[in-house]
Amino acid sequence: MSQAPHGPAITFDDVTFGWGSQPICERFSLTLGGGKTSALLGRSGIGKSTLLRLVAGLSTPQQGQITSSLAGDLPQQIAWMGQRDELYPWLSVRDNVTLSARLNGQRPDRARADALLEQVELARQGNARPDSLSGGMRQRVALARTLYQDRLVVLMDEPFATLDVMTKLRLQSLTARLLHGKTLLLVTHDPLEACRLAHDIYLLDETPLRCRAFPAPDGDVPRAAQDVAVLQAQSQLFRQLNHD
Amino acid sequence: MIKHRFLSLAYLLAVLGAAWQLARHSGVPAFLLPSPEAVGQALLRQHALLAHHALYTLGEIALALLLGGGAGVTLAIAMAASPLLRRLLFPLVAASQTIPVFALAPLLVLWLGFGIASKVVVAALIIFFPLCLSLFDGLCRTPPGWLELAQTMNRSRLRQFLHVRWPAALPHFFSGLHMAAILAPVGVVIGEWVGASEGLGYLMMHANARLETPLSFAALALLMLLALLLSGVVALMRRRFLYSA
Repeated sequence: MSQAPHGPAITFDDVTFGWGSQPICERFSLTLGGGKTSALLGRSGIGKSTLLRLVAGLSTPQQGQITSSLAGDLPQQIAWMGQRDELYPWLSVRDNVTLSARLNGQRPDRARADALLEQVELARQGNARPDSLSGGMRQRVALARTLYQDRLVVLMDEPFATLDVMTKLRLQSLTARLLHGKTLLLVTHDPLEACRLAHDIYLLDETPLRCRAFPAPDGDVPRAAQDVAVLQAQSQLFRQLNHD
Repeated sequence: MIKHRFLSLAYLLAVLGAAWQLARHSGVPAFLLPSPEAVGQALLRQHALLAHHALYTLGEIALALLLGGGAGVTLAIAMAASPLLRRLLFPLVAASQTIPVFALAPLLVLWLGFGIASKVVVAALIIFFPLCLSLFDGLCRTPPGWLELAQTMNRSRLRQFLHVRWPAALPHFFSGLHMAAILAPVGVVIGEWVGASEGLGYLMMHANARLETPLSFAALALLMLLALLLSGVVALMRRRFLYSA
């Protein structure tokens, strides 16, 4: 495992936010551990993605603040990976991976992009257009693009929701391996995904938002999907979500 | 693709030729509808005259495309970039199309003279609208996910425009440009009919007045050829610059 720099802790401090007249969170506070994977689960529309948007700076809290334990502007420390791969069809796979360099007026590092594509097992697809790739391959390109940014905080909004089970399991393992040491905030609807990947699991319920911790299984991530502790935790998590 | 375009052109010429021959053999006098042979002879015999006027018209079209295209692109970008500019400019852009260009052409000739400027402005007025509207629509339809991803990488709206909004709107831009290329000869000829001393439109009017119908038809054929040529150039640019043309 490579010795990646440790990601910062992220703190929601009395954050209030709403869409129009609909409140999402009121005086919401939570600290996410640095260098860890935190999974956020809850029913659709409760505000999980809104929390990610607030961290990314795509939305601004009406009150309170979100801070990083590192100095500097938090949105400058993040890389974003959404449910859709958002690959630009006019760019090749390699150019999509180096997108952040282009947007920042830097010279794209082709060798590094190729190395990342190799890590996500797409070494031969560098010149291909996104349209020619399968859903799983596209999502791997999006993962390589996220890694290319080399940010200490990674925000993932249901990144594997559209994939088939086997591809999803493979990509989860790959993600956990490649993002080791970074602060990963993962929004998911999948209890198994949370139990496999997260060091900390949070259940979000009620509107305005309330948050409670759920004990994650022991052991390093990614945990095996067939591990008894993982399956038991998944079952308990499922019951709690169903109850909510 | 090229074979397909060639077949389309051949089909168009065959249909036109058949209709022409049918009309010719239905008793229409030659001074109203000359034979294809007579038009061919006019093309050959007066090729220098036709080439001179065609080049003049082509120059007017090129200038009109630059002026109208530039205005259309600038307005579309301004309206897409700022809601305030959109509210200020959109009514003006829409109102500009409520006045028929035929009605405006004599005034433009009066204001700008019989030279090239009045024809260029008439054509530019016709072509700027489809290009502007098409590009504006494209710039407003950038998928929000693409923009948000770019926003997490760089907050600069200029960079987001250059790397996301503009390339995403290119299919719309080329649709508008295609329409502009087809409409440009129409605008130029309207201007030439109202008042000019050169150009294919002027030549057609001149030939008509002297009942030189074959020459008028030859000028018309050249005008069609110019429109097809421009359309082909836009198609080539589209294939060169567009990711999924």
